[in-house]
Amino acid sequence: MKTVEPAHAAAPGRAQATSSAPSAKPSRPPRGNRDWLHGLLMSAPAVGGLIAFVGIPFGYAVVLSFYNVRLGSPLEPTFFGVEHYRRLFTDPDLSGPFLRALLNNLTFAAVVVPLQTGLALALAILLNRKLKAIGLFRSFFFMPVVFPMALVAVIWRLILARSEQGMLNSLLNAVTFGNWGAFDWLGDSLTAMGSIIVLSVWQGVGFQMVILLAGLQQIPGELYEAAQLDRASRWQQFRHVTLPGIRGTLVFVAMLTSVLSFRVFDQVYILIRGGGLDEDATRTVMYQAVTTAFDQNNIGQASAITVVFFLIVVALTIVQRRVVRPENED
Amino acid sequence: MAMTRTPVRRVVDYTVLSVLAFIFALPALYLFLGSLKPSDEILNGLSGFLPTHLSFDNYAAVLDSLSSDSTGYFWQFMGVSVLLAFVVVTGGLIVNSMAAYGLTRLKWRGRNAVFALVLLLMLIPFESVAVPLFYMFNGQRNTIYIQALPFMANAFAIYQFHTFFRNIPPSIEEAARLDGAGPWRTFFAIIVPMSKPVFASVAILTFLIQWGSFLWPVLMVSDPSVRPLPLEMSVFQGQQPPDWGQILAFGVLLVLPVLIVFAFFQRWFVEGVASSAVKG
Repeated sequence: MKTVEPAHAAAPGRAQATSSAPSAKPSRPPRGNRDWLHGLLMSAPAVGGLIAFVGIPFGYAVVLSFYNVRLGSPLEPTFFGVEHYRRLFTDPDLSGPFLRALLNNLTFAAVVVPLQTGLALALAILLNRKLKAIGLFRSFFFMPVVFPMALVAVIWRLILARSEQGMLNSLLNAVTFGNWGAFDWLGDSLTAMGSIIVLSVWQGVGFQMVILLAGLQQIPGELYEAAQLDRASRWQQFRHVTLPGIRGTLVFVAMLTSVLSFRVFDQVYILIRGGGLDEDATRTVMYQAVTTAFDQNNIGQASAITVVFFLIVVALTIVQRRVVRPENED
Repeated sequence: MAMTRTPVRRVVDYTVLSVLAFIFALPALYLFLGSLKPSDEILNGLSGFLPTHLSFDNYAAVLDSLSSDSTGYFWQFMGVSVLLAFVVVTGGLIVNSMAAYGLTRLKWRGRNAVFALVLLLMLIPFESVAVPLFYMFNGQRNTIYIQALPFMANAFAIYQFHTFFRNIPPSIEEAARLDGAGPWRTFFAIIVPMSKPVFASVAILTFLIQWGSFLWPVLMVSDPSVRPLPLEMSVFQGQQPPDWGQILAFGVLLVLPVLIVFAFFQRWFVEGVASSAVKG
């Protein structure tokens, strides 16, 4: 911990409130304990904001999910019981797209979590060395993280463009000596999800890499020296020193990634709306919530989707806490 | 890994890293290069990567095509985004750090309950309150403040400040108290100046998230005069037929401010992300 310079010898005159040096007013006696008041006042704005913009709306989502509510409708909201939930899971018109969205999210998570975590770990290990300009390389891999998803979607819309002139298509054409023509990566239901996965991993992997890098750097170097004295191979060092050393971080990253993969919305929305992305193959739970609320003006139904979404995220978070705890107990 | 490195190994390391970095940078390279090329040469097979006929014409064209009330003005989009980022970052820093201090360093009845509430609310991602918020604040659509207000108080930021503040030695506050400083003075005059790293990393993380924010504007904004850049990016790329040169130039203008911030402050950012995760 950095130490701060102790308060400068206070000026003799009473310092004004603007001065950074606390005044040396002799013994204003002790902690006349008003801390409760100050504590309350200090935390009030943020806690109030959280209650107003997170707590209440969340409770409201649960309430709305039991009502039939539409914006601007002259009819009063009517109580709907669990009808919205029943429809989500059993009414073919609604459950079709919704269950598909759930499945898409699960597919996305099932591929992205191991892929992105593995890639991030590989990059972190590669970058965890003392080389000149290593910082430059780290920045390079981290750079896409600062790209807004709206922009990432557009760049990849070009790379994956369906014409023969699309970047990926012409690259494949070049390496297959002219045996590859036009292919609609985004529009084909088989490759649409794959495309979303690739662009999402490109954008996000640097984030996980940085976290894992920090984990790696906490492993004491002596452990590796000891392993080398024992003539451990590089693989054995990885298995027996590196992996156990970052187990907690690795689980954290995997769980973080799985929660994030349920929140996917921006890239899917943009590319479905303006990029010819196959809707059914890539719709996500959040995409369903937004289109149900916004395009179909069915607030109650959308709230029910939101509640299901939340339950999934909480389940994942609880699993995360459970798995990580043994390591982090302090 | 602390291995003795031969020159050969070093060459191998650099080669592997360079190749990977190059592949990784290709999409970004394509963006920057394309923004400087005539539109019909961008979606043009592998020669889209050749730096031919470079000029800033696309940038001029973006500013030119976004210059009426119906399309909105480029600088207006930029202004909205900058204003929102500024308000959310500075407002957020003030309220969240204050709350974390009050909840971490002052002892009062009920603070544990309040802090538990904050941790509980940290579990709720914005996505799961977007729909009810959209319903609750429907009357405030197309305003600036409703785009900023929900994002100032942030449970995760409070938590980040908390993990920093709790490691400050109590002797510092005791000294301040003996000098007669109350909690507010202690906080603003002593704690804040010594907590620059956590302020920097919270600020940058908040800025990054706010700058790319998309879901909330989709729901709340239709009027071009209060539309932030990422939302306009999605509108702008939907034009038919797409003018790729202009779209990419727009994209560069969208990402440039974050890249600049990142270039100057990346150490704080990387440390902030990493430390909050490792401790969490």
